[in-house]
Amino acid sequence: MSKHTFSIGGVHPHDSKISRGCPICPLPLAPTVYISVAQHIGAPSVPCVAVGDKVKVGQVIAEPGGFVSAYIHSSVSGTVKSIGPRPDLAGRPVTHIEIAVEGDEWAEGIDTSDTLVTEIPEDNKAIIEKIRQGGVVGLGGATFPTHVKLSPPPGSKCERVIINGCECEPYLTSDFRTLLEKGEQVVVGAAILAKVMGGVPCTIAIEENKPEAIAHIREVIAKLGYTGIEVMVMKMMYPQGGEKQLIDAVMHRQVGSGALPISVGAVVQNVATALAVYDAVQKGKPIVDNSVTVTGECFPNQANLLVRVGTPLRYILDYLGGIPAEAVKVISGGPMMGRAVSNLDAATVKGTGALLLLTEAQTRRAPESECIRCGRCADACPMGLEPFLLQKLSRSANVEALEANAAQDCIECGCCLYSCPANIPLLDWVRMGKGMAMGAIRARAAAAKAAAEAAKAAPVISSEVEKSKK
Amino acid sequence: MEKLLVSPNPHIHAPVSTKTLMRDVIIALIPAVICSFVFYGWREILVMAVSVASCVCLEWAITKYMLKKPSTIGDLSAVITGILLALNLPYTTPWWVVMIGAVVAIGVAKMTFGGIGQNIWNPALVGRVFLLVSFPTYMTTWGAPQGVMDAVSGPTPLGAIQEGLMQGATVQELTSAYDYKDLLFANLGGSAGEACALALLAGFIYLCCRKVVKPWITLSIFATVVLTSLIFWGINPARFTDPIFNLLTGGLILGACFMATDYVTSPMSLWGQVVFGVGIGFLTMMIRYFGSYPEGVSFAILFMNSVVPLLNMWFHQKKFGRK
Repeated sequence: MSKHTFSIGGVHPHDSKISRGCPICPLPLAPTVYISVAQHIGAPSVPCVAVGDKVKVGQVIAEPGGFVSAYIHSSVSGTVKSIGPRPDLAGRPVTHIEIAVEGDEWAEGIDTSDTLVTEIPEDNKAIIEKIRQGGVVGLGGATFPTHVKLSPPPGSKCERVIINGCECEPYLTSDFRTLLEKGEQVVVGAAILAKVMGGVPCTIAIEENKPEAIAHIREVIAKLGYTGIEVMVMKMMYPQGGEKQLIDAVMHRQVGSGALPISVGAVVQNVATALAVYDAVQKGKPIVDNSVTVTGECFPNQANLLVRVGTPLRYILDYLGGIPAEAVKVISGGPMMGRAVSNLDAATVKGTGALLLLTEAQTRRAPESECIRCGRCADACPMGLEPFLLQKLSRSANVEALEANAAQDCIECGCCLYSCPANIPLLDWVRMGKGMAMGAIRARAAAAKAAAEAAKAAPVISSEVEKSKK
Repeated sequence: MEKLLVSPNPHIHAPVSTKTLMRDVIIALIPAVICSFVFYGWREILVMAVSVASCVCLEWAITKYMLKKPSTIGDLSAVITGILLALNLPYTTPWWVVMIGAVVAIGVAKMTFGGIGQNIWNPALVGRVFLLVSFPTYMTTWGAPQGVMDAVSGPTPLGAIQEGLMQGATVQELTSAYDYKDLLFANLGGSAGEACALALLAGFIYLCCRKVVKPWITLSIFATVVLTSLIFWGINPARFTDPIFNLLTGGLILGACFMATDYVTSPMSLWGQVVFGVGIGFLTMMIRYFGSYPEGVSFAILFMNSVVPLLNMWFHQKKFGRK
């Protein structure tokens, strides 16, 4: 069995999948949920309910605020209590819709049965509309609205759909459990995506540390009789689940700086997104819940939970026995790219895939010492960048050199800082440098656009001037 | 409310630090150190002890009393400088000369530039070369091994050949005195680190397996030395020594495996490392064939150390999705 991986850099953290044996269990409903209107990349959604309204599970409560935006549905049935700002995971105020839970009544037209629906609708436009109506966004981390990704710009052509089942971040197991428990639905979801993109072949990429999932999905594909869908076994390597890295690993094509995957003919969707697509298209069920891995060596009650969107983190942790005294950090996501939570009263969003609890010994950064120029950061960087150089340029705010050395290509995977023997906060600096380089690029683009518009407007002005002369 | 630690990603770190890397280098040097003790006896132990102790104490004193910074001796890099310096000296070197070497290595070549990570030249080599030009008598009186092995006495092979050539002998006559098996297992006069090529190579393979260093610098030095000497020796075997002889003598293996691969003073990118290695190999051979010193590894490495910033500027690694 040949094993595939990406061609530049990467690291091998211990996979720590200690919750791999925990089946996905539904979390009992919280008494109150807080649903954010900014759960996706793009414009925040606009609430379309009022305080006092009764809502049902799956009912639209906020509408897209722009083209790159998504519908948001109530994850519970009950009464809207308030609409207003509330601190999110990082403590920033974001508009939330507070709903007091009463019973569990689902909206009309949602098929809540477990029956597998394999008949895929004929009309691609109708499928994409259903995905849009279902509020589906990329659940692999970026939460990019899926219907936008499935409508590539004219002139570009998709050649392969890749379903990302790598789950290369240590500790996370929700995609693994989804593959095992909802394999049929994921495969049908993959088939829908492949059909929408023009009947292209589809690859489900799974890392070799999940042999049960690999075997199960192969079985499911054979049972359902799909010929265009294959499983590709990937070598364990972080950050394999990075979009650009995965395309490189599967198709041996490298997406250029600032370009979209479609430029090399690829569309990548995560396993959880494929499931959400299935739910939206086949069952009329929007995203109202998602699986969340709750884990950490210091946390005795490991679990994979099916959590309704908007459930407060504290409610989830309390349900599993509360935060152990030795845990000092709660991370939303994995240990490499996840975000440290500063506010446990914050609620989950569609993209919340894990809550990881780490002890001080596991997560405390050692004091920074001098760079010994070992080059391990450059060896680890999956984008082929030189973090040792970028951090210096960033410290001196040398924007020109930062851009010339491709700071804007950084994917913030954390490999550099992870592997630095001198514990230099490389990514912290590179991220700042990336911001500066991106700022310069955007400013240039804006200036070019303004100049183009001025040039277009100029003849009009001069003709008007001539008119006024007359 | 409970206190939560909040910091940017990544939230975990690889089990690696400057200290663990340096510890691996020390482990890799142990076979060569043991060999040198076995071959050269108690005086080599004395040289080693004085060298390591001076380097470590000096770094500690400089950080504490002159720089007034937290001590850096915990990263073990001073220990390595001490070991490498000792391996570069004849076992007959008087203790006070060893101490001067340590002062130059740590005091001048390392701490003057700001300590670990900042030095331009390999500290142990600077110490060694300083002693070579300041105390040529001590530094070129190479005693034969006097430990457990029977030994050939006399000057180093490269020294003997240069001397012999000046007196009009041919290389064939001169090298016939040496058995290459002896060169590999060290039965010859020379600095302690030239003692046993096999022990050095074993240590280097350990470093490569542990992914502490990459083999490109070392391999390109070896390849260049072999190629260059093959050409010259092919043209005139009476004047120029052969490739195998050049590989096994004059501290080439010690230099290529442990001095040229020093992180701080070598390039970061693959092609930078290859050019660095080729430069060292070629310069070494030029000095050996045409220079006034019988061996040239130290000078070649120090010269190439000086151009590392340029190599780092010229050679970058391939970026994802870019030409």
